[in-house]
Amino acid sequence: MNRKVYGKLIFELSREGRRGYATPKSGISPEDVSIKQTPIPSSMTRKSSLSLPEVDEPTVVRHYNNMSTNNFGVDTGFYPLGSCTMKYNPKINEEMASHRLFAGLHPSTPAFAAQGALELYWTLQKALCEIGGMEEFTLNPFAGAQGELTGLMVIRTYHASRGEGEKRRKVIIPDSAHGTNPASAAVCGLEVVEVKSRPDGTVDVADLKPLLDDTVAAMMLTNPNTLGIFEKEIPAISALVHEAGGLMYYDGANLNPLLGVARPGDMGFDVMHVNLHKTFSTPHGGGGPGSGPVGVRKGLEKFLPNPKVVRRTVTPDGFPVNETNRYAVEYSPVALGSVSATLGNFAVQARALAYILTLGSDGLMEAGKLATLNATYIKESLKDLYLLPIEGLSKHEFVFDGLRDKSTGVTTLNIAKRLLDHGYHAPTIYFPLLFHESLMIEPTETESRETLDEFIAAMREIAREAIEDPETVKTAPHLTPVTRPDDTTAALNPVLTFDNLEP
Amino acid sequence: MILYSKTHEYIRVEGEKGYIGISDYAQKQLGNVVYVDMPDLGDELEKGEDFGAIESVKAASDLISPVSGEVVEVNDALSENPRLINADAMANWIIAVTINDPSELEDLMDQAAYDAFIAG
Amino acid sequence: MHRYFPHTQADIKEMLDRCGADSLDDLYGDVDPSLRLRQPYNLPEGMDERAVRRFFDRLAGKNLPVEVCFAGGGFYDHGCPAAVKSIASRSEFLTAYTPYQPEISQGTLQYIFEYQTMMARLTGMEISNASMYDGATATAEAVLMAVASQRKRNLVLVSETLSPDVRRVVDTYARYHGVEIITIPSENGETSRAELTRLLETRGKEVAGVVVPSPNYYGIIEDHEGLADLCHSYKALLIINCVASDLAVLRTPGELGADIACGDAQSLGIPLSFGGPYLGFLCSTKSLMRKMPGRIVGATTDSEGRRCFVLTLQAREQHIRREKATSNICSNQGLMTLWVSVYMSLVGAEGLREINETSRLTALYLLEKMTADGRARLRYPSKPFLNEFLLETDYPVDALIAAAVKKADILPGIKIDDHTILMAATEMQTREDVDRLADIAKTCV
Repeated sequence: MNRKVYGKLIFELSREGRRGYATPKSGISPEDVSIKQTPIPSSMTRKSSLSLPEVDEPTVVRHYNNMSTNNFGVDTGFYPLGSCTMKYNPKINEEMASHRLFAGLHPSTPAFAAQGALELYWTLQKALCEIGGMEEFTLNPFAGAQGELTGLMVIRTYHASRGEGEKRRKVIIPDSAHGTNPASAAVCGLEVVEVKSRPDGTVDVADLKPLLDDTVAAMMLTNPNTLGIFEKEIPAISALVHEAGGLMYYDGANLNPLLGVARPGDMGFDVMHVNLHKTFSTPHGGGGPGSGPVGVRKGLEKFLPNPKVVRRTVTPDGFPVNETNRYAVEYSPVALGSVSATLGNFAVQARALAYILTLGSDGLMEAGKLATLNATYIKESLKDLYLLPIEGLSKHEFVFDGLRDKSTGVTTLNIAKRLLDHGYHAPTIYFPLLFHESLMIEPTETESRETLDEFIAAMREIAREAIEDPETVKTAPHLTPVTRPDDTTAALNPVLTFDNLEP
Repeated sequence: MILYSKTHEYIRVEGEKGYIGISDYAQKQLGNVVYVDMPDLGDELEKGEDFGAIESVKAASDLISPVSGEVVEVNDALSENPRLINADAMANWIIAVTINDPSELEDLMDQAAYDAFIAG
Repeated sequence: MHRYFPHTQADIKEMLDRCGADSLDDLYGDVDPSLRLRQPYNLPEGMDERAVRRFFDRLAGKNLPVEVCFAGGGFYDHGCPAAVKSIASRSEFLTAYTPYQPEISQGTLQYIFEYQTMMARLTGMEISNASMYDGATATAEAVLMAVASQRKRNLVLVSETLSPDVRRVVDTYARYHGVEIITIPSENGETSRAELTRLLETRGKEVAGVVVPSPNYYGIIEDHEGLADLCHSYKALLIINCVASDLAVLRTPGELGADIACGDAQSLGIPLSFGGPYLGFLCSTKSLMRKMPGRIVGATTDSEGRRCFVLTLQAREQHIRREKATSNICSNQGLMTLWVSVYMSLVGAEGLREINETSRLTALYLLEKMTADGRARLRYPSKPFLNEFLLETDYPVDALIAAAVKKADILPGIKIDDHTILMAATEMQTREDVDRLADIAKTCV
């Protein structure tokens, strides 16, 4: 690759006097304004000159397009990143998300003028209820982590409504959980109590029982868990937590394999979030925007955050509704509060609805099983060379504990980096923390058998190389635009802007 | 006299003052230290309270005070060069505190007990 | 199989053989039958693309067309060069995950570094993170950050003039996190300095931070001269909530001595999209770097000495710190940081200045036209504004909104109460648009 072109920052392409924009003309000149309006005092105007790049449009386009070739997306190739559900992002979704009559809609548009947008929200909300086995969803949370926070707020509000808000402050979280779970609980003002996992990452019910008392607000679980193992004892766990007066929270990070198979609501979960950017195919965008809708069972819907979209059959005055007032936006005093200024990432919601409509009931029924088939196929094809710590059925993802042959000194990090040379994104590494050399693979249902076979061949090739030429694996990657960045220097002397970058 | 806590801080007792740092074992576990978050002079610490954190690239550990007391010295050299802790964790203490209640030292471990603790 | 799933029946059979299973259901033998779905989802059958388009067209048709938007309240109808969407649609950007593998994510990492630089320059602050969800959550996180960076202080003072949409989110985060919030009363549409001083005199030792907006919810540019010194004399952090694009012409949080600048960057060309995705920005002094929530990108070199970029300072984050993290946030608004970086690259400082001047002139013209017949007036006539103002009307605001939307496809503003409307102008409205709206206002009774 050409570092001269690709390596530059936009600031280095700036030349005084160039521009890439023409400001629209309003047709209003200062002489048209005769009223005396308080001018902006000079004490309130910017003093320092603003330095932004001065570049023409062709240069900007070429700069960013060149940069994009240093990136790897789902459209570039196979992305077996465990727990991230990097499935294909359908193109029709993009078209629907930028529909002209939605793209220009201001969030404060009165409901009578935004019935279509509100109906879209409502329709997706209802579809998620059907898939999750819940009574009602809010689509407001912007991401999975904020969904968790919102769900925990629902739970705190529920306990407070029963006069137990101060008493019930503990959240039970398995030690194998994603780091977000305890972080969300802490932000929500709850105390984290870890429950030990058994070797396969499932909850140790014997360890759980003594933790359950009248100080427990909730238990948070992913199911399947972070090892891709289905929590068989979930009905018993739910019953125990409910008996103690706590609620069950379902972290939807691993919902994908349950599409068409089972619903969190039927397992005893009271509150759940889904990641539209995982299970419902919306693009990850290099880190966002995502969307983390939160669903609740009947009885908890009143605590969902404001603003709320409601579907009416009669108007507040008692008249039958029509096409201009069926949907409304409301703020309820018993709601948990607000986690967003608006109704959330609407354009992401539109993509997810397009996906659900495109798959339909029949397609959704197929998705989860094919995701599990693909993952199991890889697992069974590699377990002779890679150490499979947990035998038995797994779902959409599984974890190897590095290579079987540890004598070569080749680590999971080396394997991950060597995969980049083969043109694959790396799996999730060093998570979960249950094993030293975790290598977590999730292929999703949108990969063909040929892709999986090629990936399996690459993994086998790396295992062979680890024995025959370990240095090549240990110094990987070799074919990427950059190789092995110095993380320590980056954290020791942080350079976070161009202005602090030495030439 | 050097004593250790179960959270891997040491305190080197010098009269009524104690110099607190992290053990050599702890620095090895953390790897390359990139930042030490330290309290202000004059802060009052309770035994068992967080008084800062120590960070490497991929890990972080809270610093827990082994005694109650007032922060009377802060090792500013660590702000400039946190890797001093990797070079010599025992010489490069993080803070010094007054030891308000010497009896609090009683539940800390001496060198032999700490060595057994980390071996176990 | 559905067209997104490449599996043939032969594939499935052979793959199942390798897995030692007879059927797909065998792979779920560990799921108790009592938990299994008994029938397909009660949802429509899968649609082809024509049907999906028609479904969305039908929904969109239920909205009333709004071609001209004078509504603001923190979110503005600014234009955006076509090249921005073209670049943001590049699938290498769009379909990438978080840049955890820097070797194959330099595109994402580099645009975030460019974004951080541009936001730091725009706000006049030393550093920026890689973005937050939106302006409201960025402000809430700024409040939590102030508390986390101050030992044993748990009170934050928030101006009454902050947008109520932002305030609701701040209050919610604070309430659950156990942070006390006290409102600084306003006086004549502005944060009352006297009331703030009084609060600091009585509770100063507990105050971790002070949150003030500029411009505030009513569009008024508040004068925060000397505020930083006042806050700092009580060791409280000053947090200024602002509108990103305004900072090209208004005094910056950095120039005012703020510790944290936060707000929404939607005004930098992001489509309104009925509420999102937008972009929260969070910038601060360098001394608060380690308390910053969210992702941060830093420059470094690779093993061959080439400049490159990585996610850095990760020890602050949830995947390492778990319940001790600075925040639970795991993502940023990646694609939207690309969006505003490309926007700022194209529009430049000169373009932003022109946009602000055009918006202000149109706002003044709008004010003149709306008040010409004496039936509407500024609520705070002596206060300076940039492009947004609060108007009191003799006629009901509902009547104006209904008539303007239905007769002229114009959204005239945001209803504050029956006789008060918040109106904003941008470079996207023309003289004719204002004239048409003013004509409709004349007919309102």
